[in-house]
Amino acid sequence: MNAKPLTAWIEGIGFLAPGLPDWPTARAVLRGEQAYENAPSVLPAPAILPPAERRRASRVVKLTLAVGLEAAAHAGSDVAQLATVFSASGADGHNCHALCEQLAGEDRQISPTRFHNSVHNAAAGYWGIATGAMAPCQVICAYDASFGAGLIDALGQVVLDRQTTLLIAYDSEYPEPLFAKRPVPDVAGIGLVLTPERSERSLASITVTPETTPADRLTDGALETLRTAIPAMRALPLLRKLALGEGGTVCLDYLPPMQLCVAIQPC
Amino acid sequence: MTPLLLSAYTATTCLGRGLDATRSALRAGYSGLAPCAFETVQLDTWLGEVAHVDDEKLPAALAAYDCRNNRLTQMGLETDGFADRVREAIARYGKTRVGVFLGTSTAGILQTELAYRRRDAETGALLDDFHYRTTHNSFSLAEFTRDYFGLEGMAMAISTACSSSAKVFAAAARQLELGTIDAAIVGGVDTLCLTTLYGFASLQLTSTQPCRPYDAERNGISIGEGAAFALLERTDAPAAGSILLLGTGESSDAYHMSSPHPEGLGARLAMEAALRSAGLNTADIDYINLHGTSTPANDAAEGKAVAALFGTTVPCSSTKGATGHTLGAAGAVETIVCALAITDGFLPGSPGTQNLDPAISVDYLKQGRAGSVRRALTNSFGFGGSNCSLILGVAA
Repeated sequence: MNAKPLTAWIEGIGFLAPGLPDWPTARAVLRGEQAYENAPSVLPAPAILPPAERRRASRVVKLTLAVGLEAAAHAGSDVAQLATVFSASGADGHNCHALCEQLAGEDRQISPTRFHNSVHNAAAGYWGIATGAMAPCQVICAYDASFGAGLIDALGQVVLDRQTTLLIAYDSEYPEPLFAKRPVPDVAGIGLVLTPERSERSLASITVTPETTPADRLTDGALETLRTAIPAMRALPLLRKLALGEGGTVCLDYLPPMQLCVAIQPC
Repeated sequence: MTPLLLSAYTATTCLGRGLDATRSALRAGYSGLAPCAFETVQLDTWLGEVAHVDDEKLPAALAAYDCRNNRLTQMGLETDGFADRVREAIARYGKTRVGVFLGTSTAGILQTELAYRRRDAETGALLDDFHYRTTHNSFSLAEFTRDYFGLEGMAMAISTACSSSAKVFAAAARQLELGTIDAAIVGGVDTLCLTTLYGFASLQLTSTQPCRPYDAERNGISIGEGAAFALLERTDAPAAGSILLLGTGESSDAYHMSSPHPEGLGARLAMEAALRSAGLNTADIDYINLHGTSTPANDAAEGKAVAALFGTTVPCSSTKGATGHTLGAAGAVETIVCALAITDGFLPGSPGTQNLDPAISVDYLKQGRAGSVRRALTNSFGFGGSNCSLILGVAA
């Protein structure tokens, strides 16, 4: 059987990483117009949530709302209509630590809120509640390959279901002692609005094929460190091309020995 | 969607290991639930624990994966000849062309819970023999399975709580339809752990008795564990009697983290999407395996959605009174239950259910009975409002 190409058009981008609070900043840095300065990630208060929920929102909830809403706004999309694919290498690390610590002690009566926030799809659940989106919502984990796995499934939905899909790839940190076992340094995430048809809003088309070639690296040492330190940032070579408005092909780290090559055609 | 072949499948739960144990338990109306005696857990509840999981020995080269969840994964893979069928598919298609799509809710988090009890007394560090990536991480069962078979293609874990291993069928079906892979190992594995046992208890969602789905007096779930797998392939001319995946439907409640939409709106959207995907009408469905967790809210909401779509014309049951709620494995376990219903011409009943809730007007089967099933629908709904319905059928 001839494979159908995994192709989509990108209409919107959201971004948040250490020292890079949004896509305009990341774009300027990736274009070389602004120097990269590493600094702790800054999470905006999610205005979409009611005040009480806003105060209680965890870091992963704030992160996914930030990058998802930025991408949707960039695309001019109605968030209530978007199918979503969330992909993350782990869930809420602070919540997980608190649960494991309590369950190791004498009093195991954990808080119900902590429990429902422990599921891998907690951020996706809050996204649905905040946006009212009843469309399919996928939640994936593939450890360091989570961005690639999310991209593959999102493109599948775009190509087959002809459904505009928002991919939100994100990661967050664990506190010690889990941090020593899984040293993700900070929160970071990417949102991409992917459409099946080209429109006047399209920024570029992407076509993904499996390869075994090594991943593209970033020449800036600090950005290259970011690429390898946080799984969602494996997408940085693709985002650099999008920032520059350049066509061509980049290879992204996926699941060894399988890599993902992305052919980019700017609109 | 184009129908896909389940060329092999297997299920292991508290009912027993493999298809024969599962089918004879379902026929007998037997429940595998027993009072909680798991680990150091002190809760007044019933569990569906799988026997002999911790006797399973992983290959030495994969020792870093050792944890209860991967022991059950291996046990499930090595049941009903499933692993051999996978190896045949790999020989046929190549090791980059067989994908892995597995659902789980908590993977091997039990390993971390245990590791937290024996942290370094001075530094608080976790010990060197604790391996986060290969046990705790949600991907661990998929990566273990990929390595177990020496695969080199795509793999993902889907973790949407209790709909996880239904949604893997939809994700794998997309890639098979696109032609990016030629076969997919799909399924789900979840094992007992303190997080879910104390967590559901904290939400007052666990029953002190064996669960009673759709009963007027139902008052909570019985947590179970399980491993269920299917090998999915495209098919041009399936042999008569082969089990096919005909449709998949996914939706979101957009309502609450741990309670379903009270009118079952998201559930209804998922069932409608599955029917649309299969090109079928409600009259084409012969049996529904309900999510039927036995919480007051779930069964009321799901019952409303099923009643609105199917009325009282389609026999339905939840088999969680037999298996317990296997959480992230439930979608795959109950898909296999549907495959058995089709193959055997037997509609399973609902052990534990005594007096049906008069507020829910569906054709609920307390007792199993013989009957022809050509197409079956199964529902799986999870925390965060994640819904998935699948439709299975049989090749003529």
